[in-house]
Amino acid sequence: MTETAVALEAVEAGGRGPWAMFLRNKAAVAGLIVFTGIVLMNIFGPAIYGIDSDAMVARPFSGPGEGTPLGTDYLGRDVLAGVLSGGRTTLVVGAVAAGMSISIGLVIGSLAGFYGRWVDSMFMRLTELFQTLPTLLFAMVLLTLMGPSSRTVALAIGLVSWPAAARLTRAEFLKIRELEYVKAARAIGSSDLRIMLRTILPNAMPPLIVATALTVGLAILFEAGISFLGLGDNRVVSWGSMIGKNQGFILESWWTVTFPGIAIFLTVLSISMMGDGLQDAFNPKLRGR
Amino acid sequence: MLTLARGIGLRLVQAFGLLLAVIVLNFILIQIAPGDVALTLAGEQGSGSPEFLAAVRARFGLDQPMLVQLFRYVWNVLQLDLGHSYYWERPVMDLIQEKLLSTVLLAGTALAFAMTVGVILGVYTARRPESPTSHGVTFLSLVGYALPVFWTAIMLLVVFVAKLGLFPIGGMEDPRFEGGTIAHIVDVLYHLVLPAFTLGIIYLAYYSRLARASMLEVLESDYIRTARAKGVDERSVVYRHALRNALIPVVTIAGLQFGALFSGAVLVETVFSWPGMGRLAYESILRQDTPMMLGLLIVSAALVIVANLLTDVVYRMIDPRIRVGDK
Repeated sequence: MTETAVALEAVEAGGRGPWAMFLRNKAAVAGLIVFTGIVLMNIFGPAIYGIDSDAMVARPFSGPGEGTPLGTDYLGRDVLAGVLSGGRTTLVVGAVAAGMSISIGLVIGSLAGFYGRWVDSMFMRLTELFQTLPTLLFAMVLLTLMGPSSRTVALAIGLVSWPAAARLTRAEFLKIRELEYVKAARAIGSSDLRIMLRTILPNAMPPLIVATALTVGLAILFEAGISFLGLGDNRVVSWGSMIGKNQGFILESWWTVTFPGIAIFLTVLSISMMGDGLQDAFNPKLRGR
Repeated sequence: MLTLARGIGLRLVQAFGLLLAVIVLNFILIQIAPGDVALTLAGEQGSGSPEFLAAVRARFGLDQPMLVQLFRYVWNVLQLDLGHSYYWERPVMDLIQEKLLSTVLLAGTALAFAMTVGVILGVYTARRPESPTSHGVTFLSLVGYALPVFWTAIMLLVVFVAKLGLFPIGGMEDPRFEGGTIAHIVDVLYHLVLPAFTLGIIYLAYYSRLARASMLEVLESDYIRTARAKGVDERSVVYRHALRNALIPVVTIAGLQFGALFSGAVLVETVFSWPGMGRLAYESILRQDTPMMLGLLIVSAALVIVANLLTDVVYRMIDPRIRVGDK
């Protein structure tokens, strides 16, 4: 797309900035709708549906439509009830983990990018170290040390997945700190902290917001993988653990594995579509890349 | 030539430093692990006799100051002594050595598949950015990225193994297999198809987008305009002038993703019963086999470091502007 076309489109969007651009992007809006639907489903679904996901409600392995909408698992538990409430753990752990990962990345990346020199090389060596360790393996080791619970799973995911955010923040800070308005802020005697938080950070936000969307998606997949392996909190149902516990019975009951998987897939897909929309909205020149 | 050697030497020193840092981090993890450090190191749980524990303490120097302990630990690991697995009751390094090649084979095949197909798709769609195919590939890459790899693995097993009977159910070779070397290789490749494809999907999604974006950017650059202006035909412009530069980010990212491949391998190997390090990790964590887990962490990190070194070399071979030694 040429720059003129982009400019024209921005004018058509009423010049109201990224939000208007985002709302004009059909895929992004579809993602927003699906994601909102999934979140609402997990908040209100279990109460409306009224069946406990742990209760044995019907004959084991009864198919979709035979008494329950999505069938039952090997213990006769309702799959729909599991799908409705199994996202709670996944979404909360994913969001908390992504929040942690972005926060750590933001602190390390902004300090490294702002101060440069030895601060930069120290933090960058640390980032390299964490990038060298395979994330899932590292998280598994942390979980053996901390014991499995939703809290430790979120902590483990957050602790292993921050390097990407740190690198991105550092790159943005390195770029922005050389700009005129940062020099101006220095000239009027603003403190380092103020320059970082009030001058640089707001201008570094767009790529960081896009990265946050991606990180949430990754953290959800990560949580699903950990619960699939049975390393999460076994007392609560989650999409990943439903798949893990039922995979041995897949030939008797395809529905027990298929539906929770579709739930994970749609959640991550809707988040990625929103992320793409944000990317286009903040950086129209890169549309469709 | 001198700068080349110096550049590579510098890289090696950095890689070694990183390896040392990984080992030190592992040492810290052992220190904060719950329970007796001697038990963790010896790989016994609960049932170590006092004499045995005393022997372990002496061997690892646990009565010594922390710094001496750290030094000994690093020295042991550098000599490939990663301790003893308490579940398998064998040295950790021996167990890993048996599984190392199968994981490298799986991850390498998945990466090669994802890069080749990803670059082809990326280049194809970059030349027709507004075509339906291009939009289709962009959407499919979002889909591939959002698929939970363990779920895809199970679904492919159901369709291609249980329903269609096209591939073996799992493992790396047929246990009843008899035949020559070539037939054996074919058998392993036959077992490799589904796991490698499953593991490759996520990266395929990623590389097709990356290659597309990179190609689009390169095609807009001045030297491509110059090439076109002087009348170079389009095929040559794309494949001789643009592709080489468009590949640079793909190669860089591929090296960085080798670690991520390991994470995916844990899940894929578990579903397909692939006898690799990932499955070993899963089995070890179920048995709380801490020395085994820590050993796997060190070895996989070492493999990532080696992969990064190799990437660096390839990267310098592709990009004519960069020579080893420049920064």
